[in-house]
Amino acid sequence: MRLDIVPRGEVSTLARILSPIGAVIVAILIGGLIVSALGKSPVQALFVYFIDPLSESWTIQELAVKGTPLILIASGLIYCFRSNVWNIGAEGQYTIGAIFGSILPIMFHDSNAGYWVLIASLFMGMIGGLLYALIPAFLRVTYGVSEILTSLMLVYVAQLGLDYLVRGPWRDPKGFNFPQSVPFDATSMLPNLVEEGRLHAGIIIAIIVVLLSAFVLGRTIFGFGIRVAGEAPKAARFAGFNAKALTISAFAISGALAGLAGIVEVTGQIGQLQPSISNNYGFTAITVAFLGRLHPLGVLFGAFVIALTVLGGESAQIAMKLPLDLTTTFQGILLMCVLAADSLVTYRVRIRFGGRS
Amino acid sequence: MALAEHPLVQLSGIVKRFGALVANDNISLDVRAGEIHALLGENGAGKSTLVKILDGLLQPNEGEIRWNGTPVTLNSPEDAARLGIGMVFQHFSLFEQMTVAENIAVSLPSDTPLTDLNQRIADIGQRYGLALEPSRPVWSLSAGEKQRIEIVRALLKAPKLLILDEPTSVLTPQEAETLFETLETLAKSGCGLLYISHRLDEVKRLCDRATILRAGKVVATCDPKLETVARLASMMVGSDIAEVRPAAAHQNGDVRLVLNDLSLDAEDDHGVALDHVSLTVRGGEIIGIAGVAGNGQSELFAAMSGERLAQQTNHVVIDRTPCGFSDIEARRRIGAAFVPEERLGHAAAPRLALSENAILSRRSEDAIVTNGLINPQGARALAAKIIKNFDVRKGRVDPPAGTLSGGNLQKFVVGREILREPGVLIVNQPTWGVDPGAAATIRQALIDLAARGSAVVIISQDLDEIFAIADRIAVIHSGQLSECLSARDTSREAIGLLMTGGGGHAHAA
Repeated sequence: MRLDIVPRGEVSTLARILSPIGAVIVAILIGGLIVSALGKSPVQALFVYFIDPLSESWTIQELAVKGTPLILIASGLIYCFRSNVWNIGAEGQYTIGAIFGSILPIMFHDSNAGYWVLIASLFMGMIGGLLYALIPAFLRVTYGVSEILTSLMLVYVAQLGLDYLVRGPWRDPKGFNFPQSVPFDATSMLPNLVEEGRLHAGIIIAIIVVLLSAFVLGRTIFGFGIRVAGEAPKAARFAGFNAKALTISAFAISGALAGLAGIVEVTGQIGQLQPSISNNYGFTAITVAFLGRLHPLGVLFGAFVIALTVLGGESAQIAMKLPLDLTTTFQGILLMCVLAADSLVTYRVRIRFGGRS
Repeated sequence: MALAEHPLVQLSGIVKRFGALVANDNISLDVRAGEIHALLGENGAGKSTLVKILDGLLQPNEGEIRWNGTPVTLNSPEDAARLGIGMVFQHFSLFEQMTVAENIAVSLPSDTPLTDLNQRIADIGQRYGLALEPSRPVWSLSAGEKQRIEIVRALLKAPKLLILDEPTSVLTPQEAETLFETLETLAKSGCGLLYISHRLDEVKRLCDRATILRAGKVVATCDPKLETVARLASMMVGSDIAEVRPAAAHQNGDVRLVLNDLSLDAEDDHGVALDHVSLTVRGGEIIGIAGVAGNGQSELFAAMSGERLAQQTNHVVIDRTPCGFSDIEARRRIGAAFVPEERLGHAAAPRLALSENAILSRRSEDAIVTNGLINPQGARALAAKIIKNFDVRKGRVDPPAGTLSGGNLQKFVVGREILREPGVLIVNQPTWGVDPGAAATIRQALIDLAARGSAVVIISQDLDEIFAIADRIAVIHSGQLSECLSARDTSREAIGLLMTGGGGHAHAA
């Protein structure tokens, strides 16, 4: 028996749009098998995971809150992945963005400095993430170092840096020795959109970023360069796009957006720096980007699905005593299914019998 | 001698469908032992499909294959090999870093003893005139030598039927002549040969019979020695091919492209360094740069196009502007245009639509890109204009470049540049692997462009093409470019000698 993988030729747009949806369904079926292997009801799990989070206003708000950093980071990652640059370190750029962005709110703590601190801190967050992303970018273009390794390893550096800051120099003197910074002033925080709710203005920033990215990738010559570089590097060179400059720009944009996500999370939700400020957003966003077919508008769909599993996972832990790791497992299954669906749309598998091995 | 009544292999009524497309439509063909049988047809005529069926890679939907009169089913290349069917593909499948003997060993069945392999390679080499050094690494070999490896691979399995797909496309005339002698020896020893080629001269010289395919059907079986090249060509395309107008004595204009002592290091281990290349091209003339593949053609193209920058700015001068340090876009803006060798992946991005591919080399034009924003209507209009003027045939509106046939995509990427009316046009392999109809369109367009006063440089491995359209010919060998010779006063043999490094250059020994 032999397995052949044969290209299908031209693939319709419809099939390309439907493939992630099919992948989600298959992933849910596999997830159901795991849940039943754990001795729980898969039907109940399905409800807890995917229906309950959509049933109440506060859960829908929570969905948007969880989705915001995912949308921001994944929108940036698209620039990298589309141009065949593999930035795996968005989590680190997110962390450094949060640190950079927190400098001003911490400096101007209790000083009635006004809203400019918030605006400036958002920009600082972007600059922090951008600069941090340039490290793997420059190592890549000058020495040919694999950006996959460097960007990933820098995640741990960033996390330990944050840990040091909140335990050392930036620890709140009045904080009972907890490893956390001073709480930010209300004027340094992103405004809430719903009274008494948790939904903050970050989601608006995220949607603006998505629309902007769709425009940049679809209509500008820069976005065209990004796409050509990923499709056919030699054709990009033929068109006169500088490969190194594109690599650096892709890293810079995705770093800036990851940094923005970090400071938006801190100023929108947490309100101070602490050792843990991320829900693995930087890594989960990779799944989101692929789930969204590396298209900015698709990212909205991807972030919605993933935020649903995060939220559902938390309530499944409470309601059904299902381990939280199951959520991570499910996200992994989902990414596998999306990538597999992608291949199966482009290629078909032919099983042939007979013939010698 | 009961077997001799039957042809070696007989295909009858072969039908192969891919969805709605009928690639092979009721094809019947036989090859006798000891015969060299040509299979002719344009790109897309169904030759490759038929060959893949014979090699067991594809199974026909209808029809019968008889081997020595007995019906057989070929489910895999292993089945075909067991019967004694051998293949030599157009594109080499060799491991560049490994030696000749290692490359041959990996192709043999796993139970073949390897102890006397070098001896067997030598034996085969002697019998058929296929000289090879077993211990040489493959990357150091010429294209002709690499092809010998492929043939030796096939011959070690003692085939009864050998299929050769475009075997001379990368060979010099001398190398091709050696190959023909080998093939004739093989045929005399009783092997049947199925010979696929675009080159009708060769087919006339070598083959006993020819089967001509068009649009999946057999249109004729004939003795090529009794036909003219023009008649064979018109049977292939179904109409008379427009004869390319010969280059008239051009009124040469001003100097438009100069290479001054251009040297460039090899980009990697397998690259070729350019060694003090000088060339002057005037408006109105076509320069043909001949050479065996891998002698610095792609490096020369990259240096002229600006994909790689020169060491000094006056090493490349376009319309009196020194531009050795200018990138490809800057060179385009002073009126140069370029068509690289690889259609898919270099001249065009396969998954992007034609209108997007039109942007690639035309993005400095206001109608296409304004203030960094792409104008999709402008791009679509440009693509439509190229498609119309160059008769690019496609399945639907604005398809991805990768879905076009080779000839149609080549017309598109050449047309994209010619419609700019460039002052200098540099084309690497203008019609490589393109059917005769498309090739004639492209060559005519190049001649017309030169007649309008542009300087045209074509880098080509196809001497027929160079002699058909070039006014002057230079030969590239080991990164060195010969003097330009007038095409009228130079013989193919003289060029062939230069291509192999002989003819007054460095090789005294």
